[in-house]
Amino acid sequence: MKKPLIELTEAGIYCRAGDFYIDPHKPVARALVTHGHADHARAGHSHVMASPQTLDIMAIRYGEDFCVTQQAGGRDSVQVGDVSVRFIPAGHVLGSCQIVIEGQGRRDIVSGDYSRVANAACAAFEPMPCDLFVTEATFALPVFRHPDPAGEIAQLLASVDAFPERAHIIGAYALGKAQRVIILLRQAGYDAPIYIHGALQKLCDYHKDQGIALGELRSASLERAQARALRGAIVLSPPSAFGTAWVQRFAEPVIAFASGWMQIRAHARRRGVELPLVISDHVDWPDLTRTIEEVDPQEVWITHGREEALMRWAELEGRKARPLHIAGYDEEPE
Amino acid sequence: MRAFAQLLEALAFSPGRDARIRHLVGYFTHTPDPDRGYALAALCGALDLGRARPAVLRAMVAQRVDMELFKLSYDFVGDLAETIALIWPEPAKGDIRQITVHEVVETLEAASKPQAAAHIASWLDQLAAPERLALLKLATGGMRVGVSARLARLALARMGTVDVSEIEEIWHGLVPPYQPLFAWLQGGERPAQAALSPFRPVMLSTPVTPEELQNLDPEDYAAEWKWDGIRVQAVAEGDVRRLYSRTGDDISQAFPDVIEAMTFTGALDGELLIRHEAQVANFAALQKRLGRKKPGAKLLKEAPAALRAYDILTWQGEDLRALPFRDRRARLEAAAHSFGPRIDLSPLLPFDDWAQLAHLRADPPDRVIEGVMLKRYDSVYRGGRARGPWFKWKRDPLVVDAVLLYAQRGHGKRSGFYSDFTFAVWDGPPPDGPLVPVGKAYSGFSDEELRKLDHFVRHHTRERFGPVRSLVPKLVVEVAFEGLNRSPRHKSGVAMRFPRISRIRWDKPADEADHLHALKALLPPEM
Repeated sequence: MKKPLIELTEAGIYCRAGDFYIDPHKPVARALVTHGHADHARAGHSHVMASPQTLDIMAIRYGEDFCVTQQAGGRDSVQVGDVSVRFIPAGHVLGSCQIVIEGQGRRDIVSGDYSRVANAACAAFEPMPCDLFVTEATFALPVFRHPDPAGEIAQLLASVDAFPERAHIIGAYALGKAQRVIILLRQAGYDAPIYIHGALQKLCDYHKDQGIALGELRSASLERAQARALRGAIVLSPPSAFGTAWVQRFAEPVIAFASGWMQIRAHARRRGVELPLVISDHVDWPDLTRTIEEVDPQEVWITHGREEALMRWAELEGRKARPLHIAGYDEEPE
Repeated sequence: MRAFAQLLEALAFSPGRDARIRHLVGYFTHTPDPDRGYALAALCGALDLGRARPAVLRAMVAQRVDMELFKLSYDFVGDLAETIALIWPEPAKGDIRQITVHEVVETLEAASKPQAAAHIASWLDQLAAPERLALLKLATGGMRVGVSARLARLALARMGTVDVSEIEEIWHGLVPPYQPLFAWLQGGERPAQAALSPFRPVMLSTPVTPEELQNLDPEDYAAEWKWDGIRVQAVAEGDVRRLYSRTGDDISQAFPDVIEAMTFTGALDGELLIRHEAQVANFAALQKRLGRKKPGAKLLKEAPAALRAYDILTWQGEDLRALPFRDRRARLEAAAHSFGPRIDLSPLLPFDDWAQLAHLRADPPDRVIEGVMLKRYDSVYRGGRARGPWFKWKRDPLVVDAVLLYAQRGHGKRSGFYSDFTFAVWDGPPPDGPLVPVGKAYSGFSDEELRKLDHFVRHHTRERFGPVRSLVPKLVVEVAFEGLNRSPRHKSGVAMRFPRISRIRWDKPADEADHLHALKALLPPEM
């Protein structure tokens, strides 16, 4: 059995045969990036290879000059050094991909963050058999079984019915979660305008440019009097805005939060949430373990999250696994 | 079970009292009998279903899940019932069944402990996750969603169009699943009073200021001390003796010493106090008793409860509530001859004018007095809080100058505002201190002041922990409170009663805030 094509270095996962890093958290000469979330896609690398959407998203977030040269990666294999590389969908957010590295008679896959639940904003995760599978473990505890997101949206709409005089402010991260919530609302037949915080504007616009229908969106950057008039409206904001004076403009809002963490009551309470919505862009425990069984690797590496529980599962299943303890990937954002 | 699970979920996350009441009203309105009645009983703690101890639950889950994974999960979730509900293997679609609250309650009530465990495991195999949690809460008897019997009755009152005092009056004659009650609230007949020794709605007072007193004639009013105990109604009719709180909760079991002393036939209104001979203990001593549903012999000896009567509602089968206060008082004094040593009378205070009463109020003979009560001689006894017949004129609150140390974001109308404050006093020379937290305050300030406090918090933040911020110790507030107790649970060793921010001292440097020893000087003497 040949050695893996990748190894762990100080800057992150490194492929010596191709001389590139994957999702490095320090500036490097050559970076391959799985998706546009800030903890995976950082500015300042010389050369970046990623899916076309991830490159666009990095340009939106960091400016056109986020790197010196860039290269779009896709389904077709491209030779990089002594290995070939291709990008296949990860089902996490728009543009998210697993990075498949092939060479020396083996195939290693770095999956980034991924999800197995249908998401109209991105292509579905493609399971591909491999020798080494590098996985996240954000929700790697058997208590995490994400409910059907449609049911969570139904609860939101029930709350809007029960409290028609109160605006519902939903905390949702700017890339992925915000658009996902909007799409789910539209799928549930909610066709009123949805108000969005200024920090969500550009990425919502980009989703529309990519042909993803979001319906009518209006700016939630409103004067106090206008905001108070938004009774029963649905407003999306980044969770960080909960702590800002912007929230004060609304009259007695219901504070909701769309995240996989909301499954745990103590988490929801700690964040001061009145309406927790369990909507996740990551695999839950059943999907995570099922995915490992499907791709059936010789070895599993675990990047970040609750690796202890996944290690225990691997032990019970007789699978070889190794925790990487990669620092720098955000624990909280989801 | 699904609707009940959704209700528990909503209650667990609704911070506001009004929102909680609305969730309850919605559930009671849309849920059929007898489920809603059993749910009501469960929420009020009126069911005795504590059939499944934690060890039993753990053993149950050990048969389905690897215990190492369970332990990791429990560490993360932090709540046993929640962990089990989430980790329990998901039933196949075909196995999922609707299980009603009444099926669970009726089955568990009839089951032995081992039978109960088997039932619980089998239900868990047929329920989805949120309902599994509701089932476990029901079966362990630990709802802990912050619904008191009082809050539930307020919701019931709003569901119909009756006053909550009407519900309180018949409450103790009602039993789960309360079908006649719901029928009444939805337009049917009012259930007959079925309780023995029933609760009668309590007559309440409103606050009064010295300025308002000037418009009243002192001759119209009787004055009494306002005792710092808890208001109770002691009812002994037929062979049944009951002690009620002022909202109609039956607290008889917690006070067997008072029950034993109720050798009369009638209903008395009075104050529950801890009393050794003539010496009345402070409120902290009473709090020890309030926390115990069934006090042991040692506690009964250490903190003996007594009743101090100030009104009489019935006597030997006669309803006296329609009599004016003057006549009721005469009947009470006549009745007092038959009281044993654990029941005494609250004396009337002689006074000619308000100045004289003010003098008495300013210097009461006992620390357990928190002001004076004024009752119109011609007032009939009527439940509720009408303004006029009875007034409370509380002594001035205690105040302390403290430094704001932490602020937490509020909910509802206060969303986005830092509105909950932890304040501290010096426990060493300023500026090195340290400052030791002595309480939390959420009220006392106007909306305008709230905006200013919020602005201060945002510009003087040291660290953030979720919705909480620690602050640069700079702003002094005057905190008013009703009393101070010793508290081993607090680092400062003291706990305030009803603290609120009475003034914001933008002008005062933090170094000039009060010291802990000055606060401790306000503590009552140790018993």
